[in-house]
Amino acid sequence: MNFSGSITLAHGSGGRVMHQLVDELIRSTFSNPLLEEGEDQARIPLAGLGAQGDRLAFTTDSYVVTPLEFPGGNIGTLAINGTVNDLAVGGAKPLYLSCGFIIEEGLSLETFARILQSMRLAADEAGVQIVTGDTKVVQRGGADKLFINTAGVGVIPAGFNPSAGGAQVGDVVIINGWLGDHGAAILNARGDLALEADIESDCAPLNALVEAMFAACSDIHCLRDATRGGLATVLNEFAERSGVDMVLKEDTLPIRTPVRGMCEILGLDPLYLANEGKLVAVVPAEAAQTVLAAMQRIPAGYHACIIGAVVEGEGHVILQTAFGGERIVDMLPGEQLPRIC
Amino acid sequence: MKYMDEFRDPATAKKLVEEIKRLAPIARGQREMPLQIMEFCGGHTHTLFKYGIASMLPADIEMVHGPGCPVCVLPMARVDDCVAIAEQPSVIFTTFGDAMRVPGTRKSLLQAKADGCDVRMVYSPMDALAIARKNPEREVVFFALGFETTMPSTALTLLQAYREGLKNFSLFCNHITTPATMRAILTDPDLRLDGFLAPGHVSMVIGAHPYDFVTRDYRKPLVITGFEPLDILQALWMLVKQFAEGRCEVENQYARIVPEAGNVAGLKAIAEVYETREHSEFRGLGNIGDAGVQIRDDYAAYDAEKKFGLPIDFAQGAVGYDPEHLKCADVLRGVMKPWECPAFAKTCNPQNPLGALMVSPEGSCAAYYAYGKLAKRS
Ligand code: SF4
Repeated sequence: MNFSGSITLAHGSGGRVMHQLVDELIRSTFSNPLLEEGEDQARIPLAGLGAQGDRLAFTTDSYVVTPLEFPGGNIGTLAINGTVNDLAVGGAKPLYLSCGFIIEEGLSLETFARILQSMRLAADEAGVQIVTGDTKVVQRGGADKLFINTAGVGVIPAGFNPSAGGAQVGDVVIINGWLGDHGAAILNARGDLALEADIESDCAPLNALVEAMFAACSDIHCLRDATRGGLATVLNEFAERSGVDMVLKEDTLPIRTPVRGMCEILGLDPLYLANEGKLVAVVPAEAAQTVLAAMQRIPAGYHACIIGAVVEGEGHVILQTAFGGERIVDMLPGEQLPRIC
Repeated sequence: MKYMDEFRDPATAKKLVEEIKRLAPIARGQREMPLQIMEFCGGHTHTLFKYGIASMLPADIEMVHGPGCPVCVLPMARVDDCVAIAEQPSVIFTTFGDAMRVPGTRKSLLQAKADGCDVRMVYSPMDALAIARKNPEREVVFFALGFETTMPSTALTLLQAYREGLKNFSLFCNHITTPATMRAILTDPDLRLDGFLAPGHVSMVIGAHPYDFVTRDYRKPLVITGFEPLDILQALWMLVKQFAEGRCEVENQYARIVPEAGNVAGLKAIAEVYETREHSEFRGLGNIGDAGVQIRDDYAAYDAEKKFGLPIDFAQGAVGYDPEHLKCADVLRGVMKPWECPAFAKTCNPQNPLGALMVSPEGSCAAYYAYGKLAKRS
């Protein structure tokens, strides 16, 4: 297929041009046996699923990021990894994804092809297949260049049951690495800050990491990926649902210097910045070292560390500042808006 | 980061806190109430909460959060004016982020944006100027607000637009001055404050002397301080020491940055562009004479008020848009704590702020909502 030119309304018309786009570009990039069957739905044999666990996990998410491409990833890698991670942190082994595109007339074919290619690579890395999909083209102004929806199914092995309400007094809180890289990279990539920071998104699949954690300890109490709303939001959910307090030690929080610097300048709090390859786990103290060691053997967990503990309380997240004081880290009311002075 | 870490050293903090704890009972003396110290500026409020400083102080000291957040003292009528400008089809209305959520009587700028107005968040007035250059067929208005901190940059931006002869750029000027605002607090009959922490970045521009009247006429000690947590602790220590030693002076903790005489170039730009406004309404404080500034006639072409012939109630000093049951005024003057307002965390919260104090993260209501549960408990 010729990649020069851009998407037009004809690409969504249902006619020959659309078939060409779907067959020669999308289907050929994602190619796998289930997709090749070319039916209106993917037909997945139950036997294979049943052999891998005792529950099916099913999730969906839509991706609308601006800009489409940024250091460390693009909307396509987000769409794959985001859905893979939503399955993984529920304890599921992610297997099959669907993929819906809403494309604004005018998107360059070359950009679209590049995003598809990185989706394929991300799917391969996570070990999942894109088995069904849909493409719509809307008029200029009807969407912001490209929106992607992905849904995914996976299978949960018997006996693995992390939940937001599972934290117990005495547990420890673990994070798998640097906080806020994705949020900072996106802010930076929008280019209206005139900051010269070198920050890449942490966009990555977490299923291999979760598998290793489960193998090290089948009794992981809470597990979530810390995407929009960041670490603070996830911990607030854990604390509220479990009816306990979570105490974080500020000087153990892994935050890169450029991210810290950007937050200082803009008056933002890195605890609320979005991540796309970070999970938060609450595990029994006696298992903490085993789990950490297992995490640190996997690339997505190289920088895993303990950042806090679960104590008795009424559902608050408390930060012990490096300075010697304490403060409550609440959920954010809305978007973080930079301060003026 | 290294430079900043120097001002966040926990060991030094501990020493300062110990010294404050030692001096505070002496400073407080026989009185029943704790010493009430107002940090005038919202930036200080933010630091106090962010680093948990409030939780480190002895019970002899009570911090009172002042009106020094330009977003918080913005009257609703002014937001209405902003919305009215933004609703003109030709206009691109530019503003700092946290001003977008302040409620007007009809709507906030964020709601105006959702309703289709072209409202854009910028990080500096120069960004707004760049938008004006790129969109010669549109009218670009920058919402200029803030104390003396932001005044030089808006003045310089206007002068730049003037030099370039840009015809499609203007400022909607809502700047206010710190000493006049502080005077309004000091003349309040309900006043129960003992001393002040004054904002260092304002003094970077105006210097230290504009505060001389605070010690001379009102006998309240004042320390000018920076925004790092150690700055604030050191300033508190200096203030407590003044009480303990029976002194009453303007002291400058931020001498590494604040020159006694201020920033000459900045002051010159301010004087060139702005003149004192006769009446300025402050939310919660009512009308304060000579506290706000407006754009001089020489630069009338860059004055959004003139360009858009605004509803003029503001300039004539109309007061009273804020509903009675909201206690923003009492909180602003340090007479009431945020959680004593009947609306706090109930009908008024950061998702749906009824008063501006709940809007900016520096507003004392929002700060208490976000960080203050611990402080309130103790
Ligand atoms: S809680 Fe809301 S209404 Fe009450 S003082 Fe604070 S901002 Fe004003």
